[in-house]
Amino acid sequence: MSQSMDHNAKISLRNLNFYYGKSHALKNINLDIPDRQVTAFIGPSGCGKSTLLRTMNRMYDLYPGQRAEGEILLDGQNILEKGADLNKLRARVGMVFQKPTPFPMSIYDNIAFGIKLYESMGRSDMDERVEWALKKAALWNEVKDILNRSGNSLSGGQQQRLCIARGIAVKPEVLLLDEPASALDPISTARIEELIHELKTDYTIAIVTHNMQQAARVSDFTAYMYLGEMIEFGKTDLVFTNPKQKATEDYITGKFG
Amino acid sequence: MKYDFLKVPTSLGNHDNNRPGTNHMSNSLSTHRTRRFRWQDRIFRGATRVFAFIVLALLVGILASLIIGSMPAIHKFGFGFLIDDSWNPVTEKFGALVPIYGTLVTSIIALLIGVPLSFGIAVFLTELSPKWLKRPLGIAIELLAGIPSIIYGMWGLFVFAPLFAEHVQPWLIDKLGPLPVLGPLFQGAPMGIGMLTAGLILALMVVPFIASVMRDVFEIVPPLLKESAYGLGATTWEVVWNIVLPYTKIGVVGSIMLGLGRALGETMAITFVIGNAHQLSTSLMMPGNTISSALANEFTEADGKLYTSALIELGLILFFITFVVLALSKLLLLQLGKHEGKKS
Repeated sequence: MSQSMDHNAKISLRNLNFYYGKSHALKNINLDIPDRQVTAFIGPSGCGKSTLLRTMNRMYDLYPGQRAEGEILLDGQNILEKGADLNKLRARVGMVFQKPTPFPMSIYDNIAFGIKLYESMGRSDMDERVEWALKKAALWNEVKDILNRSGNSLSGGQQQRLCIARGIAVKPEVLLLDEPASALDPISTARIEELIHELKTDYTIAIVTHNMQQAARVSDFTAYMYLGEMIEFGKTDLVFTNPKQKATEDYITGKFG
Repeated sequence: MKYDFLKVPTSLGNHDNNRPGTNHMSNSLSTHRTRRFRWQDRIFRGATRVFAFIVLALLVGILASLIIGSMPAIHKFGFGFLIDDSWNPVTEKFGALVPIYGTLVTSIIALLIGVPLSFGIAVFLTELSPKWLKRPLGIAIELLAGIPSIIYGMWGLFVFAPLFAEHVQPWLIDKLGPLPVLGPLFQGAPMGIGMLTAGLILALMVVPFIASVMRDVFEIVPPLLKESAYGLGATTWEVVWNIVLPYTKIGVVGSIMLGLGRALGETMAITFVIGNAHQLSTSLMMPGNTISSALANEFTEADGKLYTSALIELGLILFFITFVVLALSKLLLLQLGKHEGKKS
């Protein structure tokens, strides 16, 4: 964990445990997610990567029976505390999902929706912000003439970039990406990876991926998880070239998983 | 040979049993089978087509018989029938304004109260309710939908109307009666029965229908879509209003139309509580009439040809109103679709 010390931690997990009802899904996780870096979570299916991501914006709170124990510090503030304002938290910690989920409205409104929740601005400011977000997500050139079309009319890769644009339009501090490219073709995937690379100057990014090459390409830090436990965490180049744990090495070299 | 196709399963069995080593046999069987299936398929296709056309024929038949039956009244009264509020069997002077007005007013009251109520119930059941409450509440709503309408009518007349007259109506007359615009709607004597009571009973009757359909369509919204909206920091209300509702708009409009259809056509419960008076009054407290309750009440007494014909024309008008409502709902959906952005 010492490698991350040269960066400030944006999110710190302290003795985090997570339960789906009675099943214990995350076991005593301790981790510092460095500010404005890309942290990748890898591991076999069911190891708790997505669960871990979903604790960081308390998405699990929507479902009765799921609960987290321990501490998650966002800028030093424990977000698991009872009185935490979930809506504000989720505006600060954005999320993009495995499958694109455009809202049933126009492309423009897809972006404007989230902005309107927390900011009131005039039409021209809104136009600017929408353009900014779409440009950031490398989608502007493709949609600038069709902003009033339904978000569902876009292709899968475009929809996913729309969802990323929607996520950054609200200017969150952290972006959680849950296998954002798993449903996309290689070209769209490459676009999204480029995008992640550009976004990290402004945002702290946590990405869950099944694709090890992708983790190696996009991330600065990598965490390997197995059966709800954090096996190894460190700088990506070190984890991939010189893993400390035998289990990590086996997974990365394909001997297991 | 007539019921030959019933034997197909047997030949299927043979076919399977004989598969190893008896190729010649299974070949002949399979061509036999193919022929038989083709023949069967033709019958099946023909039969379904006939069923579908029966629906069409029924529709045309009912419409035609309504039109033919109401011809004498149409000839006698013309378009004036629609805007005439008189109804006098003795002088054979008939007009449909009172029942049309009553039908529309009671249905509008029912929807004004029933739709928000059902929406609330559906949102609670899908988004907010704890798990253990979901099933019992859902079943209760479905049971409410199954209660025969005459029970609602009896309950409305014997239980609800007296309580309403004693406790609610005086208050309404007192507080809302003097208001400038709304006032006239709430003036008069607290009689218990009347158009407002009928509308309220109707609201109760349409709620189970609207709520259960709304709940079903809300439940098909992908969790990921809702999570993405929550993920932007939206509250439950914002998610329901901006994401769930637009996503399910066809189903929601459909559920409202289902409720409206029931409200427009409801007969027994209304007949009990509306008062069955052929009089036009602005006040919702006063008794009135609806098309269906007029039909139910008067068909047995309708002796003259013109009387019967006038009643049949009422039925035709109800048919027409239902048709217009359906058309309007389609238009509404188109309009909503535009708001969402072009499809491609």
